[in-house]
Amino acid sequence: MKTIRFNTIKKATQILGMTALAAGVNLAHAADDTIKVGVLHSLSGTMAISETTLKDTVLMMIEEQNKKGGLLGKKLEPVVVDPASNWPLFAEKTRELLEKEGVDVIFGCWTSVSRKSVLPVVEELNGLLFYPVQYEGEESSYNVFYTGAAPNQQAIPAVDYLINDLGVERFVLAGTDYVYPRTTNKILESYLKSKGVAEKDIMINYTPFGHSDWQTIVSDVKKFGSAGKKTAVVSTINGDANVPFYKELANQGVNAEDIPVVAFSVGEEELSGFDTAPLVGHLAAWNYFQSADSEVNEEFIEAWHNYIGSEDRVTNDPMEATYIGFNMWAKAVEKAGSEDVDKVRGAMYGIEVPNLTGGTAVMNENHHLSKPVLIGEIQEDGQFEIVWATDAEVKGDAWTDFLPESKNLISDWTSPVNCGNYNTVTKTCGGSAVAGE
Amino acid sequence: MRAAFLRLSGRMQRLLSLLIFPALLLFSAAAAQANTLSLAEVGDALIDANLRQKAPLVEQLLSVEDDDTLRFAQTLLEGDLYYRKSDRLLLTKDDDDLQAFFTQEPVVISSKRAIKKISVNNRLRIQLRAGIARMQIFASSEATRLTAAQSLLKSADDIDTATLKEAMAQETSPKVSEVLALVVGLKQLQSDNDNERRMGVDALSGSLYPEVRGALSNFIRDSEAAGHTKEAALAAEAMEKIETRLKINSVIENLYFGLALGAVLLLAAIGLAITFGVMGVINMAHGEMIMLGAYTTYVVQQLMPDHIGMSLVVAIPAAFVVSGLVGIAIERGVIRHLYGRPLETLLATFGISLILQQAVRSIFSPLNREVATPEWMAGTFSINPALALTYNRLYIIIFSLLVLALLALILKRTLFGLQMRAVTMNRPMASSMGIRTGWVDALTFGLGSGIAGIAGVALSQLTNVGPNMGQAYIIDSFMVVVFGGVGNLWGTLVGAMSLGVVNKILEPWAGAVVAKILVLVFIILFIQKRPRGLFALKGRAAEMG
Repeated sequence: MKTIRFNTIKKATQILGMTALAAGVNLAHAADDTIKVGVLHSLSGTMAISETTLKDTVLMMIEEQNKKGGLLGKKLEPVVVDPASNWPLFAEKTRELLEKEGVDVIFGCWTSVSRKSVLPVVEELNGLLFYPVQYEGEESSYNVFYTGAAPNQQAIPAVDYLINDLGVERFVLAGTDYVYPRTTNKILESYLKSKGVAEKDIMINYTPFGHSDWQTIVSDVKKFGSAGKKTAVVSTINGDANVPFYKELANQGVNAEDIPVVAFSVGEEELSGFDTAPLVGHLAAWNYFQSADSEVNEEFIEAWHNYIGSEDRVTNDPMEATYIGFNMWAKAVEKAGSEDVDKVRGAMYGIEVPNLTGGTAVMNENHHLSKPVLIGEIQEDGQFEIVWATDAEVKGDAWTDFLPESKNLISDWTSPVNCGNYNTVTKTCGGSAVAGE
Repeated sequence: MRAAFLRLSGRMQRLLSLLIFPALLLFSAAAAQANTLSLAEVGDALIDANLRQKAPLVEQLLSVEDDDTLRFAQTLLEGDLYYRKSDRLLLTKDDDDLQAFFTQEPVVISSKRAIKKISVNNRLRIQLRAGIARMQIFASSEATRLTAAQSLLKSADDIDTATLKEAMAQETSPKVSEVLALVVGLKQLQSDNDNERRMGVDALSGSLYPEVRGALSNFIRDSEAAGHTKEAALAAEAMEKIETRLKINSVIENLYFGLALGAVLLLAAIGLAITFGVMGVINMAHGEMIMLGAYTTYVVQQLMPDHIGMSLVVAIPAAFVVSGLVGIAIERGVIRHLYGRPLETLLATFGISLILQQAVRSIFSPLNREVATPEWMAGTFSINPALALTYNRLYIIIFSLLVLALLALILKRTLFGLQMRAVTMNRPMASSMGIRTGWVDALTFGLGSGIAGIAGVALSQLTNVGPNMGQAYIIDSFMVVVFGGVGNLWGTLVGAMSLGVVNKILEPWAGAVVAKILVLVFIILFIQKRPRGLFALKGRAAEMG
């Protein structure tokens, strides 16, 4: 009995060893004529719900690029790792991608905390990370390109829409208790006050991650909204907590016509988990909606459906950000004539690729994009109807003008400034304490 | 030739309407009075208008005198109004059936892209709802009139006093009359006449409708600004009356919220009260049993998509069987070998929970699954205009108590329950009496897991069904069982309900995050004082645990 077991183990080890060897040989051989693309998205754990889709998007883009003959005559080779929604693991996996696998670019991260965890590693090893999710801003790294929205490309225009188009005078800022909602709400609070909204007309509420019992909060919102002034909720509630939140809104009959909720973290994919009929009219602000009426968007949706093998799968804003990021990188590689990180980075500034809503996205010197801002209303089929859009592309601002500590900061990675947090008053780089955070 | 001409004329028409459109807008203010457009013409103009341009068109639409006006407005409001791109024919879409709007004849289209929706936004919806309310205030059905009157509360400015008076005079139902009187009161607040305004305040005094509260607080602000101190004082008095009643409301509401939260905690914890409480197994995979139950609900609904209401009833035994079987498999496969080694059990079951999560993620995808809510579970049970209890919570409170009662019955009144209790109290003795203790262990664990599965069915109605859903409940479940007293069902009931209520009483003034922390601190302190929880078992069983 024992010997048999031992034998099996021995055999298993042998097989494992051989596969590893084969894989190793394969890699060594591959390194010459391929460009390696790292994919750093959680495939297990809490964030898998959002990040798996982005992994698939990158793989689809790589497949399409390879069909076109790759880049610089070389095939692209994806290296997929699973950081498992574990923030320290993000840093370890990044190190693995850069040191062991030697990837030329990484597409990855979703939560801000995972990005912050990756940051020191890509900076130390001079990697290149494309970050595709809307975030709180107040950051600009030499080694990261931010293709999601900065606060001035999502939160500020959304609040402007509420004030100007819906006549909202009272605001509930509801968020999950972590860095993105806290910073965004701080920015919004200061912005609202600059617009003349009184302190007592702003209610701020934080809830823990995955909060599931929204009865009291929704009831409080209803009470707050019956003071005779038009009230709206600005929601930075994240991830899983959204479904019970929207269910409770529907059950307690909070109507979009009375108290509209505008969300920054709810897109097509989040809505695919439930029946949206009672939520018609609630809003979301993004740079992309699946319903955007453009030819390039239709092509993208069709390609996505073919790739994933299902007509039911939706597309969303972080997917568009991934699409833009990937295309920009590919274009920069061709422009630079090399996949070398420094050369590619140099070629990135001012590069233009079409975005999916029919315009053009431009990469700026502060590593943020210029793109349009859209506001959509939730429809019965879980899609958004675009009800408002900015006239022109909005340039992403790494450092918000609405917080005193970052008011004077700018980011410009081209000479002569060459700095991610340049203080325009003191004329120094690294001019603020927040820079390190 | 003829067809070509027709096609051409179609294009011409579109071109023309594009040209005419800006002119139309200019005229629309005048046209609203003159009312020159027919319903068909308004419909045609709506096709080309953007959301901003639609507002004056909708205003016109609402004043068109046509039998179809109401139906047109309602279809537009529901988002069911479409048009065929080829010939601009207006269509009504009901699920997947299409019919021409005016002739009501069925229409078949080649592809989904052949038609386009005439969309509306929130502002247009408000406009339409107000218009529909004005039309429906004379409807024959009492319920329709009540809804109309209630939505007039939001748009009192839009209805003229004469129509309102007429409606008041004709109204037979006291319920509707009451709301209409409030609408009159709201209108009187806007009056220039001091006396009228006072009558308005009088009419509104004590009403709990949020619109009334909003209008009164605006009125107080305006009156103070205009120096009408007397009216401001009167209104403040009326407001105070409302606030007092709202305070009572909010006490009842918090209590209900607390009980509802308690019911969720109870459902999540009952299963654990068996596996942890009775058997002493620290089962970290308990949350995943709940998740399996919720996924079973999803699968059952996929199998019977036309009977959403029934599917929930079928899902209850199905979830019990699925989670129960998985529980038995876990007990026989892993836990059996680890009895008496709590640390290893904890680690092993934690591993199992991760395996189950990833298995579900691989089988069903990491995305949340949509579990539909049957109609009878949606909506609220309205006690007064400011206090409405949600039906789904009400059912869950009742359901949790039923499950508890059923479990108590099994434990106290069946042979299996007797054997189970015998094994927990004194294993060697039970064994020597001929009870197969191994099987009793397996079945007990299966029972606890199965009940967790039933909890999953209920929770699928409240929260998202995804691979991680179980983790949200595991800590709460342990908290309830430990607080209530290990091995005691009544303890679990009292523990769950009191934790729910305490949490909900703390939440309004401490916030959700701090409330949760306070409850945890309270439990830690409580356990220091009474290590065996609220209802400690006495005698031999206690010593064994």
